[in-house]
Amino acid sequence: MAASIINSYSDPSSTEWMNAPHSTGTSIMACEFNGGVVIGADSRTTTGVYIANRVTDKLTKITDNIYCCRSGSAADTQAIADIVTYHLNFHKMELGEEPLVQTAASIFRELCYNYRDSLMAGILVAGWDKRLGGQIYSIPIGGMVSRQAVSIGGSGSSYVYGYVDANFKPNMSKEDAVKFVTNTLTLAMLRDGSSGGVVRLGVITEAGVERSVILGDQLPKFYEG
Amino acid sequence: MATLLAPEIPCPGFSFENCQRNAFLAQKGFPAPKATKTGTTIVGIIYADGVILGADTRATENTIVSDKNCEKIHYLAGNMYCCGAGTAADTEMTTQTVASQLELQRLHTGRTVPVETAATLLKRMLFRYQGHIGAALVLGGVDRTGPHIYCIYPHGSVDKLPYATMGSGSLAAMAVFESRWKPNMNEEEGKKLVRDAIAAGIFNDLGSGSNVDICVIRNTGPAQYLRTYEEANVKGKKQGSYRYRIGTTAVLKQRVIPLQVESVSVHHVQAMDVDPSTSR
Repeated sequence: MAASIINSYSDPSSTEWMNAPHSTGTSIMACEFNGGVVIGADSRTTTGVYIANRVTDKLTKITDNIYCCRSGSAADTQAIADIVTYHLNFHKMELGEEPLVQTAASIFRELCYNYRDSLMAGILVAGWDKRLGGQIYSIPIGGMVSRQAVSIGGSGSSYVYGYVDANFKPNMSKEDAVKFVTNTLTLAMLRDGSSGGVVRLGVITEAGVERSVILGDQLPKFYEG
Repeated sequence: MATLLAPEIPCPGFSFENCQRNAFLAQKGFPAPKATKTGTTIVGIIYADGVILGADTRATENTIVSDKNCEKIHYLAGNMYCCGAGTAADTEMTTQTVASQLELQRLHTGRTVPVETAATLLKRMLFRYQGHIGAALVLGGVDRTGPHIYCIYPHGSVDKLPYATMGSGSLAAMAVFESRWKPNMNEEEGKKLVRDAIAAGIFNDLGSGSNVDICVIRNTGPAQYLRTYEEANVKGKKQGSYRYRIGTTAVLKQRVIPLQVESVSVHHVQAMDVDPSTSR
């Protein structure tokens, strides 16, 4: 057996990165401000050590006023988001008005909790509704749900908890919140190897969603020594 | 003890007796055989008036090339084709299943089926099987909303991209795309880029080889399947002959020996069974 290995690549089936589940080693964030929520994410999708997609959109639309930030297995989170989108569209037709963010979070939780043994998904549900305005619900891997004024997720988040705790203020202006999310994600992307690329942002207010992108060379500069 | 009157009744249910043996053999360096996986280079790009798909034609079983000219660009519908990498049987069956569902959908609605429908059918099927269907696909096609390229992974995740590569040669092919792809290329530039990406896989990846297949799907008109667009590895012609000319070795003398064939044939004669009592 040992003699047959000249280099590990002589066996074409040993391409581990091709068969490894597709994972979004990620930095995601959501933050409340005085008129709604700001959501943001990096754009890197990895398969083992290979970047399978450098311009991924991890901010996924659920309804006109509700978005989710996905982290964990790409296949699992895409499937969950598709199912929740279906349920909420149906709910919206029966209801005759825009669904609540809490309802969306509740459906996400139902799926993430019931299938907790076979899923790998950490999701932030963010949106705006008439009853409670801008809201963020965090659903980590076991299927818990908790409302938070600011929330971060993904592998990059570990590096920036301190920054978030030090800089978050309730009732910020939209501009301050966008700046805060951009800075946090940039810092997370710089320290986390599985995060990177561009910063994708979304501002959800009563009026709807404003999407924007900050390219890699336009990100804020921090200490790089 | 089993007897004819009281036979031994076999144990009901599954037998796991071979599991321990197989684990032991695997530990001793004799693992169970694996399914055929095509080490592959497959690519797809969007260009000015449609999409171009490309693939190599090598199929492998571990280190053995099992097919030197196989087809990796599969038909899905008139307006879309799908390149397959991974387990050969799985890519073939998934694309055939989805092609059949798409045709039924087309007849039911009387419209050209959108590319996103195919992407959704494929991703749902692959997600349902949790990665056990080893199909990594590059789906390309055109519909009323324009050209589309989708990357679909065995676990059921989907990426929508302007240019995509898959298979063991995807790194080599992606290097070509990352340096040379630009929006709104014309057909000639596009075909050249796809050819070069596949050639990069053929020459730099051990799992890919042989010829380049290309499929051009234009916004207008039917798809153009260019089977063997280019033979990347044309066998060289022998410049000289290694045969000796007649007369190279001098004939010193000649003698003809006539063959004397002696044939011996043996006939077996069965002794007749004669009963002496009946003879008179």
